Amino acid sequence: MEPTDVTNPDYYHKVVDCQWGCPAHTNVPEYIRLIAQGRFTDSYWLNRESNVFPGVLGRTCDRPCEPACRRTRIDGKPVAICRLKRVAADLRDPTESRLPEIPKVGNGKRIALVGAGPASLTVCNDLMPLGYECVIFEQLSKPGGLMRTNIPAFRLPGNVLDEEIDMILDMGVDVRYSTPIASLKALLDEGWDAVFIGSGAPKGKNLEIPGRYDSDRVHIGIEWLESVHFEHIDSIGERVLVIGVGNTAMDCCRTAKRLGGKDVRVMARKSKEYFKASEWELADTEEELVEIMENHSPTRFILEDGKLVGMEFELVTWHEGSDGRLRSQAHGTVEIPCDDVILAIGQDNAFPWIERDIGIEFGDWEMPVVDRTTFQTTRDGVFVGGDAAWGPENIIWAVEHGHQAAISIHSHCQRMPVTDRPAHGMNLISQKMGMREWSYSNDYNPAERARMTHIDLRERFRELAVEVELGFDPEQTAREVERCLNCDIQTHFIDYLCIECDACIDICPVDCLTIIGNGGEVELRARLTVPAENLEQDIYVSGALPQTGRVMVKDEDLCVHCGLCAERCPTAAWDMRRFELIIPYAGQASCAVHA
Amino acid sequence: MIQAKPKVRHPGLQKNALGLTRRDYEGSMSTLCAGCGHDSITAAVIQAFFDLDIPPHRAVKLSGIGCSSKTPTYFLGEAHGFNGVHGRMPAIATGANAANREMVYIGVSGDGDSLSIGLGHLCHAVRRNLDMLYLIENNGVYGLTKGQFSASADVGSLSKRGEPNLQRPIDPVLMALTLGASFVARSFSGDRRQLLPILKAGLVHKGFALVDIISPCVTFNDHESSTKSYMHTRERYLEVVSADFVPPAKRIETDYDVGTTTTVTMHDGSLVRFRKVGEEYDPTDRAAAYRYISGKQAEGEVVTGLLFIEEGCCDMHEVAGTVDQPLTQIPFDQLVPGSEALSDLMRSFR
Repeated sequence: MEPTDVTNPDYYHKVVDCQWGCPAHTNVPEYIRLIAQGRFTDSYWLNRESNVFPGVLGRTCDRPCEPACRRTRIDGKPVAICRLKRVAADLRDPTESRLPEIPKVGNGKRIALVGAGPASLTVCNDLMPLGYECVIFEQLSKPGGLMRTNIPAFRLPGNVLDEEIDMILDMGVDVRYSTPIASLKALLDEGWDAVFIGSGAPKGKNLEIPGRYDSDRVHIGIEWLESVHFEHIDSIGERVLVIGVGNTAMDCCRTAKRLGGKDVRVMARKSKEYFKASEWELADTEEELVEIMENHSPTRFILEDGKLVGMEFELVTWHEGSDGRLRSQAHGTVEIPCDDVILAIGQDNAFPWIERDIGIEFGDWEMPVVDRTTFQTTRDGVFVGGDAAWGPENIIWAVEHGHQAAISIHSHCQRMPVTDRPAHGMNLISQKMGMREWSYSNDYNPAERARMTHIDLRERFRELAVEVELGFDPEQTAREVERCLNCDIQTHFIDYLCIECDACIDICPVDCLTIIGNGGEVELRARLTVPAENLEQDIYVSGALPQTGRVMVKDEDLCVHCGLCAERCPTAAWDMRRFELIIPYAGQASCAVHA
Repeated sequence: MIQAKPKVRHPGLQKNALGLTRRDYEGSMSTLCAGCGHDSITAAVIQAFFDLDIPPHRAVKLSGIGCSSKTPTYFLGEAHGFNGVHGRMPAIATGANAANREMVYIGVSGDGDSLSIGLGHLCHAVRRNLDMLYLIENNGVYGLTKGQFSASADVGSLSKRGEPNLQRPIDPVLMALTLGASFVARSFSGDRRQLLPILKAGLVHKGFALVDIISPCVTFNDHESSTKSYMHTRERYLEVVSADFVPPAKRIETDYDVGTTTTVTMHDGSLVRFRKVGEEYDPTDRAAAYRYISGKQAEGEVVTGLLFIEEGCCDMHEVAGTVDQPLTQIPFDQLVPGSEALSDLMRSFR
């Protein structure tokens, strides 16, 4: 293999699994170290650079970082990255602000944004400091989009959301509340320099089975949650069936529990291994004594005298066909009595307000064609992000869409090609403090993942807004931060210094190093000290070593970044260097590589 | 600073017949200088015991004084061990082996411990053909006392301060050949591919297995004018035979080209297979081996490999005619039958 080019920021970035897995590439290990040092405010603002809503995300993020976390491959449980973020948000100094200054004189460019959700807010966050005038058109009376209307207050307290939204709005964003956009053509005719569509995926899927429209006690999940939020609905029948088993279904059934639901059941068509909800949301739901019934396929609503009294389900079993597709087999029907039904079986996009003859091409499923890199539609100056772009994702994706769209909008307004994207840069800095001393806590800590403490069940249902998770206490925090493997502190190798004494190979607790004759990747992987079988993880290959011409190979898969290779290296051929990814945002040029 | 190697391990780590991983054969973390050749030898010893499925508690590790003699702490944490006075390890090993012949003995010594203060003990352990693996971790200097030349330093090699060594070295390999050793090898800490099968064969060999291992001292003797540095050893390295160790279980499934190899069957049924690397060399001909090694030495080359083997000699117990049962397992009243029995014995000599 050719020697690995570690000056390409992607190589070391990929080693930091959480950061690579995060759509916004939040510098997770660094913010965890700042928490470990008690520097909560620093940690919060480091978070905010990339993910804009640390307090919100520290409670609600879908956490793509956690399944990616290297710790999962070491002891089965990822670092509680998400909830540590909340620690930083909760304990920061609220009086300190590090927001950029907004220029007193604008740049004369006016941007219209449709919808005040996380995507639009991120665009404003990035463009306001550059002097743009941002105007958001929001159909509801409050900002936040689905963050506000779909995430119940017991998971995300209103004040946390308000605070982080206000940081952006207080930059001088002009929000026109209760102003739905009925025609994009009309909006475009107003002569904006750019338009950003961040209107989400606001249409809950329906269930077209007999009896659907014969009762007013059948609700669409996201609409129902919105009504609960705006206090149009404050009660529900005692027996509630929630159809669907995604995260919205979890929010629906838990909300129902708080509005008077006594016997609340989640009805799933498929069996447990195919559930869409996050593992932790399922666990939190079951803790609230909601029964999740698998293999129940809804067939009809049962009404008596025009009143909803139950639902009929077909009992099914699932098996995978030879083509890999799931097929069901029915085993009779069952009737389950209920007073209310909430449908939470997915969301659709809907763009009835976008005319089809204004140069915006539409593709499959009546969705506008959006470029994956520039977020621009086929009409120059019209951009789409968040759930509106490619259907329902989650907040952190919407934030990243916002960042990228802001870069494009800035380029568009400066008459630069939107396809020119500023490149990531990096800093690589040695962490050596002395003989066998490093700037970070490098010893492997065998602590188990901290369990989130929840408020007592009785207390919990007292009021809708009682937050369930209490957050980590100081002891839990202190233990959990030490579980982080500091994957950003890279094992950096300088081949010409190596004398091939094998010290690093012998000391490595997870056997990730080998000095070996070079070869092709496939057979090289097989020949290592322990074969490198996780193909998602790269192997590092050095240049030819000076004494024998062999190469140093490192399997990145299970490295715990303990630094023992560098401690035991007599010639400092190994060094522990902190990798810092430099991410350019709107108005910033490509970032430099300092390695 | 990390005080102990983290217990975390690779889940894909191989297990041996005992269900143990290589990590189970480790000791505490080395306190030797970073990059010391001895640490690499320690790792090879760990691998050898693991590969041979030897239960750690059935091993006895012995040493004297010196950097080398610290290393038994770093492998087989669950084995028996004795760290004796300077140079006396062979005597202690003899006593231990006399008492319990069923254990696996490994002694780790250095060029100071073995070739200066303990030279006499080493010679007699060879003569007795004591059943043990005896390693000399040879770096040409007294590392623990700041780098003075040892008895194995080559003439002309410079100390770190620039002083040349003027006295002729003692070569443990040539010496062992003249003393009638039954297993003599030389290897290099930086070549585990070669060292590992030699260690395994040495552990299986019934009798005294001496392995002289060039093991660079990174702190005092790894500079440009050293003849025991990583670089110098790699430049002058002459592997004359390559030994493969084939355990009994693998014997059947291994086929080999009889024409190009010499094969020695060990007492437990395993094989040591020699592959010719360069010139004609016969590892079973003592006189020829001596001639070849000393000739190459005069040319400044470091001859390595399993250089001589003679399987089937009598070890100490056979010469002494001791009982098969380890003395430690014989009931005390039989082992020490009392003064009456002694008197009877003495009478029988009259």
